[in-house]
Formats: sequence, structure tokens, C-alpha cells
Amino acid sequence: MPRMSGQAHAGTAIQGRSLRQIAWGGLKRDKVALGGGVAVVTLMLVAIFAPVIVAALGHPPLEFHYDKVDPDLQVPRGPFGGISPDFLFGAEPVNGRDVFSRVVYGSRISLLIAFLATMLSVLLGTVLGVVAGYFGGWVDTLISRTMDVFLAFPLLLFAIALAGVVPDRAFGLAGDTLRIALMVFIIGFFNWPYIGRIIRGQALSLREREFVDAARSLGAGSPRILFIEMLPNLAAPILVYSTLLIPTNILFEAALSFLGVGVRPPTPTWGGMLSDATHWFQIAPNFMLFPGLAIFVTVLAFNLFGDGLRDALDPRSR
Amino acid sequence: MKGQDNEMGTNRRVAVLATLAVLILVGCGGPGPAGANSGTSGGIHNPSDGRGGTLRYANSGDWDSLDPADTYYAYSWNFARLYGRSLVMFKSAPGAQGATLVPDLAESLGRSSNDAKTWTYTLRPGVRFEDGTPVTSRDVKYAVERSLDKATFPNGPTYFNDVLDLHGYTSPYADPDPDKLGLRAIETPDDRTIVFHLRKAFSGFDYLAQTPATMPVPRAKDTGSKYKEHVVSTGPYLFQTNELAKRFTMVRNPQWDAATDPNRRPLPDGITVDLNVNADDVDNRLLSGDLDVSIEGSGVGPSAQGRVLGYQARRANTDSASVARLWFTALNSDVAPLNNVHCRKAVLYATDRAGYQRAYGGPTGGEIATNMLPPVIPGAQRFDLYPSPKHLGDIAKAKDELVQCGAPGGFATSISYRAERPKEKATAEALQQSLARAGINLEIKPYPLADYLRLYAGKPDFAKANNLGLIVYGWGADWPDGYGFLSQIVDSRVIRPTGGNSNLGIRDPAIDQMLDQALVTTDAVARQQIWVNIDRKVMEDAFALPGVWAKGLLYRPPNLTNVFISDGFQMYDYLALGTTRR
Repeated sequence: MPRMSGQAHAGTAIQGRSLRQIAWGGLKRDKVALGGGVAVVTLMLVAIFAPVIVAALGHPPLEFHYDKVDPDLQVPRGPFGGISPDFLFGAEPVNGRDVFSRVVYGSRISLLIAFLATMLSVLLGTVLGVVAGYFGGWVDTLISRTMDVFLAFPLLLFAIALAGVVPDRAFGLAGDTLRIALMVFIIGFFNWPYIGRIIRGQALSLREREFVDAARSLGAGSPRILFIEMLPNLAAPILVYSTLLIPTNILFEAALSFLGVGVRPPTPTWGGMLSDATHWFQIAPNFMLFPGLAIFVTVLAFNLFGDGLRDALDPRSR
Repeated sequence: MKGQDNEMGTNRRVAVLATLAVLILVGCGGPGPAGANSGTSGGIHNPSDGRGGTLRYANSGDWDSLDPADTYYAYSWNFARLYGRSLVMFKSAPGAQGATLVPDLAESLGRSSNDAKTWTYTLRPGVRFEDGTPVTSRDVKYAVERSLDKATFPNGPTYFNDVLDLHGYTSPYADPDPDKLGLRAIETPDDRTIVFHLRKAFSGFDYLAQTPATMPVPRAKDTGSKYKEHVVSTGPYLFQTNELAKRFTMVRNPQWDAATDPNRRPLPDGITVDLNVNADDVDNRLLSGDLDVSIEGSGVGPSAQGRVLGYQARRANTDSASVARLWFTALNSDVAPLNNVHCRKAVLYATDRAGYQRAYGGPTGGEIATNMLPPVIPGAQRFDLYPSPKHLGDIAKAKDELVQCGAPGGFATSISYRAERPKEKATAEALQQSLARAGINLEIKPYPLADYLRLYAGKPDFAKANNLGLIVYGWGADWPDGYGFLSQIVDSRVIRPTGGNSNLGIRDPAIDQMLDQALVTTDAVARQQIWVNIDRKVMEDAFALPGVWAKGLLYRPPNLTNVFISDGFQMYDYLALGTTRR
């Protein structure tokens, strides 16, 4: 695999320059997509520099602030859930934790899981899709039927069940690391057929193209044709669908956390915060608003950017 | 008496309600620093003997069953007195008086043999079913017999199954006796006498005679699991219509004779009960006057709570009811280093109990508990063996105990809670924060509510393997009495290795011995002292971390008359209520 990916990278570099130029040209004209891209980069920076941001603008995400909460009603003191320069997004009901810090730290879990799960899906989907499309015959049948099986899987139910039975220590991992690895596996491993089908379709048509015939008649072996001739031509759809898969995965992670099968408390996650906030939304709406807004903005940004990228890369849309 | 049954019954259902609505099973007007108290709890609001009108109830869930053999909610036992007469009952009176037992269908409380193994009751003459048939002791025996059949009536408690000397008797439906009265443990020498023979001494038998299972059932009208569609009344109201899971209505029972009944003074002419109404909707209708009583008696939900407490006029119409329920955290003596009493004491000293109380909603949700027995239980005493200023914890003492435990720098363990319960999650997070001050580090582990006792925290080998040193839990008494509260959470002999335990790690032969002693002590005051001694022993050995003695915030619309909280059910007494709305 290292060899193949190395060569694939080399191939991308040659073809990719023009691909990048085309894409960049298209993107530059698409202000909405560009805005999405800027938001995506900002979010990533926020996730990476969360400790710095929180140190400057907030309080440690696990720190309790009982003084910020009304002892009778357990709701944050002050208007709008206690929003103040000190608590930018207000305080959490009951324990008074800083909602701003928790939203910022929550981005780490969301983005980390979404990115890793997407990478897993894309890797599996690309390899299996291109193999199925190129070889056809029984290989195609086997892989395609496997995809059908995976697509028919009740993923959410399975995820809940699996997250429930995995012990506290497994595969040499424990705590948050294990939960994150588990979520990446669940989300990534069961989503590959979506991208796999697209890649397979593309590979089916690429297989008939002249340059593939040429390579074959020059005596190139299957691995070379697959990963050096065909794969660079699949870079565009892979990139586009990765960008569009990320927001789906963010939502899925949020859903799992909402249902309580994600990362365990007190680690902040957007879905987990939303879940807690359902009991308070009428009297402390800030607690629901900000994590909800974070999910909304992130998903929207990735979708806008992904759509723009697809338009830029797809010759038919021009 | 079976922990699991208890859990399946009151506890677990209450749980569901608690999640939906806010707090808890409810309770009664004990004294205490109530956040919202109109000042007369313990007394009667709007006392009146005005008859007439229709009282409107609503339930945010479904009834487990209207069948007296098949019901296990406190509110249901409270309400059942409107259509059934058990041998004895909780007095319809405010406050502590409401927790006293008075004869109902019987002429007096139970007369026991010296060894507390035989209990005899004599029925009042002249009591009739709604069709005019006289009630005899055989109808009571038949009612108790059918309540033993847990295949047909899975919801009810199993007390009679546990204490009666059954000789293998299972159900009247499988009874070869032509009258279906083959149970030898209950004798009916004549129409008015009934004698119960127990397997072992049970000094609190009158509490069992108080359960709806002793409400007479005419065998000719018994349709087994379908009897709940039309329960034959012996009380002041009978069922007029009954749409299961939706609605039922009741009207006065012409065959009920006040001369046979010193306990009831029914005011409204009719009763309607809506079932499966959205919990927030129940609160809204209660506040707008479209509804008179939220029947679960668990108090208003968190969103309505803000609207009630925020307005003085509404606030004046609330009662804060103390419940015979303790939210606590078990310290599992199975898990090192909590097998050392000093490490357990360190946990108790380090805990910020005020934070524990906040997790349950602050003073509105309950009172900070310093020992096990809820104050609303007769004879309970308050004491605090681990005091600290403002209940914030004493870190110096905690560190001192840690040194004696041989872990001067602290230790690490896990804390489990029921994933579906936000208040328990808040508790686990608060404990994690407060114990960290003494170097005790907790890993938080949620488990599904439905299997919490069966597969996870209540299964000793699982709890040990997963290092569950602290187990967040709660327990409510089926009736306000030390036995009903303590037996299932402190008796080490009820711990089953297969799981389903509600005793989460208290193993002390001295406590077991005291429990046995209490069961043969027929003197109520002496028995109450034993419960207190057990409570003290549990705290001395630091087997549990008491958190909050629960309270519920009840709202009573202005048209409701004769409103008071009874300590027996720890909610409004439904037998007494009337309405000014005509």
C-alpha cells in the first residue's frame, strides 16, 4: 500500500496541477463556496487551538461555577442564560460550566471523529470500488452484493448495540480514546459503500477509455492500471464526496452522542450537550442554541464548500 | 420484598416518570426548607365539605392496571381507595397522621399471635359490592389468592407470595378446589373472619393488609387479566366508562354506605381521568385550570417549575412534598480500595453534598440527606456523622482518612449511573469534581437504565470487574416504614450473584442480624429504634453516600378543596379532594 499510494500521489501531482488550476479557477468565482471553505478552515483552527482560545476567552471546560447558577431553579443567573463578557455563550444549568469552552472543545471530538471516519470510508470505498469496477465479473458481483448488505444494515441500531457491549478496555485502548476509535470504526466502516458505488461506476467507464487500453496493450499489469492510470482520474469525485461525507458524519456523531452512546461525560461533545439541553430549552435556551448552532454552521460550511468543489471539478456544471 | 420486583415496580416506573417529568415520586408535607411552600403543608388547604362537581385528573403515562391485584404505583394505591376497600388503609389525614394505619374493611387492625406468624381480621358487617352482593371474607381471600398469580398479574408486588405459607399454591385459576379457595395459608372460618398464616414472623403485616390486593373481588365477576376493564367497586365510586389507555370516568356508587365507612367523606359527584397525556401538557392544563390534579403526584416538570415559582400568585398554590425516597450513591465494598472503611469515609468527607442537591434541582428537588432513612418515615432520626460547613465537604478530614487507608495521595475508581437520567449524570459529574479535591479520581460510566441492576451495577461480578466503586442510585419505600425502605438495600442476604440486586455492596452480618430482630419485634416504637440503629450502622461503616431526600413540587389549582398531603402516599390525598367547580 505505501508504494501504491506513493505512486498515486506522484500521479496526482502531474495531473493534479491542472486539476487544481481548474478547481481553483471555479472556486474563486463561487463566493458562497469560498465562504464555506473559509469557515471550514476556521473551524479546524478552532479545534486545533482550542486550549489557547479557551485560555484566552473562557474557563476550563470541566470547571464548575456554582455561583453562576440560581440555587433554587438551577438555571444560569442573568439574562440569556448568563451571557456576559466572562461567559460568552452563558453558563450551563445546574453546574455552571462555560458553554463557550465546551462548544469549542466539542469541535475537537466532532471534527476528529468525522475526519477519521471519512478517511476510513474513503479508503475502503475507493479501493473496493475501483477493484469492483475494473475487474467486473465475480469480483464485482461479490463486492457489489457486499455493498448491498452494508447499505441494508440498520446502522443506527447497530451502532447503539455495539457501543453498549464494548467493554471499558479493549484492543489496548481505554477511556475516551477507545470511545473515539469505536465511533470512527462504526461510522467509517459502515459508510464506505456510498462512496464505493460512485467509484465503482466511475471505474466502469474509465476501464473502457483509450488510455487504459493503451496501458494494457503496452503490457501494464492490473495494479499499475488500477492505481497509476485510473486512480488519479478518480481524485475529483473522491475529493468531492469526502467533503460531502464529512458533514454527514458530523451529524451521525452528534446523533450517537445525543443518544448517549458516544464519548462519555464529562468530555464535551455537541450532540451530548444538545441531549442535556433538551430538559432545559424553555428556561435556558442558550444551552441548546450554541451547540446546535455549532453543528449547523459546521455542516453548512462543509456542504457549501463540497458543492462548490463539485461544481468546480465537474466539467458538465460549467 | 423482592428487590427486583420492587425495582420493576415502584422504582423503575417512577424512574420513567421522573425522567419525563421532573423529580420524583412525591411526597408529603414534611417540614423543612422548602423552596416553595405556601406555608400550610401539614394542614388542609381550602377545607370544605361542599359536595358535587366533577374532579378531573390526568396521567402522563398509562395506569399499570386498575386491577387491585396488579398495581404498584403509590398514586394508584392512593386512588384505589376510591373504588375499593382493603382490610386496613392509610388514614385520610394530613401529614404524619396520613402514615398511620386505620381499619377499613376490617373492624380493627390485625390481631397477631405472639410469634407474629398468624394474623386475624374481622370484617365490618353491611359492606356490599356495587351490584348489592354482600362482601364476605371469602371475597377477600379470593382477591389475595389471585394476586399471587404473577403470570396473570405481573405488575403487583410480591409481598404475599413471600410471606404467606403457600405450600406450593400458585393461582386460583389453577386451583382444583371447586370454590377456588384452596389456599391453606388463609382461613375463612366464617363470613366475617379471615386468618393469615405466615411462613415466618412479620411484625409489619398490617402494611401488607393495606395494599390493594386485599380489596375484595367477587369470583363470579373475575375475568382474570380482563378484570381491569371493569373492577367491581366496594368504595364510594364505581366505573362508568373505561377506555383502556385513554380515559375512564367514575360516578357515585349507590351501594356504598357511609354508615359502614368511617374513613371516607366523598365530595365530588364524578371523577374523570385522562391517560397518556403529554407531561408538559398536563402541567399546562393544570396551570390554566383545565385540569384539577396531575395524578402521578410527582410534581410539575422543570419547565413548568420556572413558571410556577416565578409568579407569587402561583407560588402560593404550591406544596413541597417530602418523599420517602433517598437519592444516594452506594460505596461498593467489593472494590479495592473501598473495601477499606477509611477509604469509604474519605469519600464521604470529600463529597460536596450541596452539589449533590443541585444535581437534583436544589431545595425544590429535595433536602440534603445526611443519613439513609428519609425523615418522612415514622421514627426516622436525622444525624450527620460526616459534617462539614455548608455541606461543602471537609477535605482535610478526607485526606486524613486517606492516610489511614494507606492511600495518602488518593486513588482512582469508577462511578456508574443510569444513562437515561440527567440528574444522575449531573450527580456523577458533580462527584467527580468534588472528590478530585481530595485526590480521588472518578471515571464516569453510564449504563442503560433497563438493565442497570440486572446486567451492570447490580451484578456483583460485573461491578467488581469494571471497578464500579461508586454506584449512583435511588430508593423509595413502598410504604413509609423502615422495613419497606431498608430491607432491600442493606440486607446482604438478598444479594444474588446472578444480578438484579438493589443492595449494591452493603455486606455486614451485624446489619442482617438487626433486620431479623426487627421482624419479630411487634412493638412499633422498639421496631422504629432498630431501623434507626441500622441507619446509624450503615453510616458508621460508610457503606453509602446519602445524597438527597426527595421532594416534589405539587401545584393545586384554586378550585380544588380539602387539599392536603398525606405522609402515607406523600402526595395529595385523593380520597379527600373536592372541587368548587360545578
